[in-house]
Amino acid sequence: MFRLQSTPLDPGAAYRDFAKAVADAGAIVTFTGVVRPDANGAPVRKLTLEAYSPLTEREAEAATAMAESRWPLLAAMAIHRVGDMAPGDPIVFVATASRHRRAAFEAADFLMDYLKTEAVFWKKEWTDAGAHWIEPRPDDHADRRRWG
Amino acid sequence: MAQILYFGRLADVCGARAETVVLPAGVSDTQRLRDWLDHEKDAGGALRAGSVRLCINDEMVNEPSAVSNDDTIAFLPPVGGG
Repeated sequence: MFRLQSTPLDPGAAYRDFAKAVADAGAIVTFTGVVRPDANGAPVRKLTLEAYSPLTEREAEAATAMAESRWPLLAAMAIHRVGDMAPGDPIVFVATASRHRRAAFEAADFLMDYLKTEAVFWKKEWTDAGAHWIEPRPDDHADRRRWG
Repeated sequence: MAQILYFGRLADVCGARAETVVLPAGVSDTQRLRDWLDHEKDAGGALRAGSVRLCINDEMVNEPSAVSNDDTIAFLPPVGGG
């Protein structure tokens, strides 16, 4: 399951809803990505996330389905913010559930690597020095390649 | 008329997120569209870059692909969220 959200993301509430739906899980892994307070030594004032509906949702749904087919998961989900965010605001929440921990850990890791490098988003970071668009780093692509 | 969408930094380069254009005769595929629009928007090659992918009617396409005045064509610079 994948959802775009233009309002503040509440990871606690997202976890509670997810956990309720996977009552027979033995392991639930969650990841929350937050806006960093600084970039290249300068304080970050704002981060803007742009998506392209319905392509963004369709491709991210395919990635969560891929995780569910690759690992023995009970469920996998991701929520991703769009719009303007301040430092400390959650940008992304990923949750996976399985009977045993390894599948949940690996699937959450895979989903984040997908979201960082292939998910259809564009990020603009605003500092006192101006605004610039952020693209994935070489490390992000190297992380993504670990999964083939 | 074709609807053109510019995402990410391409919206800054082109000065718009969306516009409608009449494709001139001869602008019949994605390669010709890139060349024509890059010149029209004075984009300095940004719309011709290989790292920029194209979507036609919300579907990623392999290039070259045919384009027409009935299409919505999106220019997608390198993506990444999280």
